[in-house]
This record gives sequence, structure tokens and C-alpha cells, in this order.
Amino acid sequence: MSITPELDARFRAAALAEGLVDVRYDVTESPVGDLFIASTERGLCRISYHAEGQDEQLARIFGARVLRVPLDDVRRELDEYFAGRRRAFDVPLDLRVAPFHEAVLHELARVPYGRTETYGSLAAKVGRPNAARAVGTVMNRNPIPIVLPCHRIVGANGSLTGYAGGLHVKRALLELEGAMLPS
Amino acid sequence: MMEAVAVPPFERFYGQHASEVLGYLRRLLGQRGDAAWQETFLRALRAYDRLEHGRHLRAWVFTIATRVAMDELRAGSKVRLEADVDGEPVELEQPAFAELEHLTADLPPKERAAVVLRYGYDLPYEEIGAALGSSEEAARAAASSGVRRLRRRLSAPSSGGAGAMTQRTRRNLNVHHA
Repeated sequence: MSITPELDARFRAAALAEGLVDVRYDVTESPVGDLFIASTERGLCRISYHAEGQDEQLARIFGARVLRVPLDDVRRELDEYFAGRRRAFDVPLDLRVAPFHEAVLHELARVPYGRTETYGSLAAKVGRPNAARAVGTVMNRNPIPIVLPCHRIVGANGSLTGYAGGLHVKRALLELEGAMLPS
Repeated sequence: MMEAVAVPPFERFYGQHASEVLGYLRRLLGQRGDAAWQETFLRALRAYDRLEHGRHLRAWVFTIATRVAMDELRAGSKVRLEADVDGEPVELEQPAFAELEHLTADLPPKERAAVVLRYGYDLPYEEIGAALGSSEEAARAAASSGVRRLRRRLSAPSSGGAGAMTQRTRRNLNVHHA
């Protein structure tokens, strides 16, 4: 017996209305591939290029009441960003990371659209000028890429180094923002 | 030592059991099954963050569904069973159930749920007991009382119902013509 879309949608709406959901998630299309996005009551908590296993990770961090529902606000802002009509994101964020990570991500959020910085300079901004490697680790584990723009952080010699979505995605985002000439 | 089983994200639990539970509730309640189905999963979601492990979740959700259904059956008058909801033919994952559905319509709620869970869904009596809020023995007793009641009715020569039964249901219920 299959659940009709109406029955399914009514249940999901009732669950949300009653405040029974720890994390809601959705998958949205983008020019750089499908993006897994997730929010809590407090705000956006995850963007990932890889959907596999994300629900279980979120359940461990935020609670097992994980439900798929449309995340229209986040989707709209991402659509606008990819269309070149948005330079900064307005959705609130729910970051649950260690203090050092939080400090670095806070500085990262201030790196302007269309600009790049190095791991070393970000490290200096949080008062740890020798912690470029540690900053690299924070970028590597960034729970909300794109919105927290780790794609704008590059090596000291300007090389792209690495990116969760792949270097071609990092390049595409920087080209979109005009920080790199199209290759 | 038993290996710890993490509680799966609710979406996975829902994806695994939503259809089967809807089928169960529609068979017990007809069209009222849809509202009972939503109530079942809302109750499950309300309790979900208090689960300590991810074992026996199928039995757990059938427990909730059965309680919701029993409340409905006790509250309402006689439930009319519909083989056809919203014009869609009901799919029968358990072939023997096609007959149980009609045959059990007049049983008392507890006996009906016990018979349906045992013969329609192959749940063990221990889990049926949990679903009915009673012991394994009480569940076995309710099922056999229900089956005895069915046998009496179906083996009566005036009954036309038994003639339409398949061999499988006949065997399951051990029904013989008098």
C-alpha cells in the first residue's frame, strides 16, 4: 500500500507544526550538483555535496527526529547566489562546533564575495598566525560550505589546494564570483 | 553482549514502515485508517527521542498503530470495511489477508487485532501481546478465541463465507465444514 502524496505531506506538515522535528533536510539542485541542505529550529546547520549518510550524522549531533521537508528559504537564497543575484546569505545559522572552529568560521564568514584569502591570513585573524594547517582542517570540516565561503580560502601561492565538492567546484564558485577568470 | 543498535533517523524509520502500517490500519478501520495512520506516526515521533535503541522498531510501531486502532474501534460503532479506498484497489502483501479482512469484521476489537497481527502480519505472540498492552499468553488466548469464533461461524452450513476461502486460509485457521 503506497502513501499518497497528500497523506504524506499532511503528516510532515503536522509534525513540523507540532515542533516534533529536530532536523529537517532536503536536496536541492544547483549548477555544481545536488546539494544536501539541513536546518534546525535555530537555523541552517548543514550543506553537503554528498548526501550519503548525512542523515545519520545529523541524528547524532542534533537528535534522531530527522525529517525530509522542503527548505524553501535556503533553497531560494542558494538559487539567487548561483544566479549571480546574491552576494551574502541572510538565513540564520546553527553552528555546533568546537570554539576554535567557531572562531575560524566566524572570520571566514567575513571574507567578502569575490575575494580570496590564504589559510595563513585567516589563522592570523584568529590570533594563531602559525595555525594555517589547523585552519585547513576547519575548512575541511566546514559544515555549511558556500554560505560559509571556504571556497575563498586558497594556498599561500594562490593554488586552490582542496575542496569538499572537488577542485572543479571551488573553481566554478570563484569564477561565478568573479574572483577567477573562467578557465 | 547484545550489540548496540542506533536509533535510525526518523525519515528512514518512516520510509520503512509507513506503507505497511497504512495497509494494516486501513484493513482494520477502512477509510478511518488514514487519520489513524497519521496519529500513529505523530505518536511515534513524539516518543522517538526517548528511544534508547533501534531494535524492534517494526513491532513498536505496530504496537502504537494497534492502540490507535483499538481506541477507534471502541469509540466508533461497527466499522465498515472497504476493500477499495479512494477507488484504488487495496494491495495485499499478505495474500491470506484478503479473506481475513472480511472474515474478522465482526470479531471483538482485541480478538480481531490479535488474529490480524498473527495471521496477516506474522507477528509473534510476544509482540502482539505488547501491541495489545497485555501478555504473550493473553495475546495467544485472544487470537485463538477469535479463530474459534471464526471457525464456528464459517463451519455453519448456512454460511456462504467458508466456501470462498483458499486452502491456505483454511489451513491457517483450521476450518472444516461440519
